[in-house]
Amino acid sequence: MAGLVIEREVLIEAPVEVVWRIVTEPDQMSQWFADRVDLVVEPGAHGYMQFGDQGGPVVVETVDPPARFSFHWNHPSGEEPVAGNSMLVEFTLTPEGDERTRLRVTESGHELRDWPDAEKQRYTDEHQEGWGEFLERLASVLEARQSR
Amino acid sequence: MTTQADDELWSAIADPSRRRVLDLLVGTGDVSASWLAGHVPFSRQAVSKHLVVLEQAGLISRRKQGREVLYQIDADRLDQATQALADVAAQWDRRLVAIKRLAEASHAEHKKKRKH
Repeated sequence: MAGLVIEREVLIEAPVEVVWRIVTEPDQMSQWFADRVDLVVEPGAHGYMQFGDQGGPVVVETVDPPARFSFHWNHPSGEEPVAGNSMLVEFTLTPEGDERTRLRVTESGHELRDWPDAEKQRYTDEHQEGWGEFLERLASVLEARQSR
Repeated sequence: MTTQADDELWSAIADPSRRRVLDLLVGTGDVSASWLAGHVPFSRQAVSKHLVVLEQAGLISRRKQGREVLYQIDADRLDQATQALADVAAQWDRRLVAIKRLAEASHAEHKKKRKH
């Protein structure tokens, strides 16, 4: 995927249905995410999240229980989220046996724009490396420069 | 929630081919657009476009040497960008750990109830 930003995951000692509930139910979300979550978990639903004295709109994209949940955020208030003006947060839940779940989250945005499709595809195929690798490389180069 | 400046930075480095150009500049510094074009699998024209975006985001700067324009990274700004991304990643790590705790506690509670 073009413009992949951040990918993290965690292994949880609980069945996938339990994790799904924690990730998607608004009263649960307010315990691990925003201070206040006004959201109906349905594809296309518009909601709002409050973080301290800041807040912003959220638009649900995918609800596929108990495997996939995604939403757009960080788009300007009053605008519909499209590629380029918002970030997409996507949760993927994978059962590992009956009582264990792998939970992965990606936050991505800013797809390649203003590029011919064939070129886009070629670059994307050639540069699949994620952010982790990029950050590590940058950090080590910066350290090396600073210690010089 | 991000600011306008963050957005520019974010979008400048979200593009994989721009990261490639940035990578090259981090490793070398003080090189021309032609030199860069010789080290990436895309056109000189594409390299120029990327350099404009990177410069607008403040990640690189240019200087003239004779008839050539040379590009170099702005280490402070790049450091700031790296930190901003690391912060977002750390935020997700904290959220995932919180989800893990809630789910595991909820599951343990449920199992205990079932035993009784």
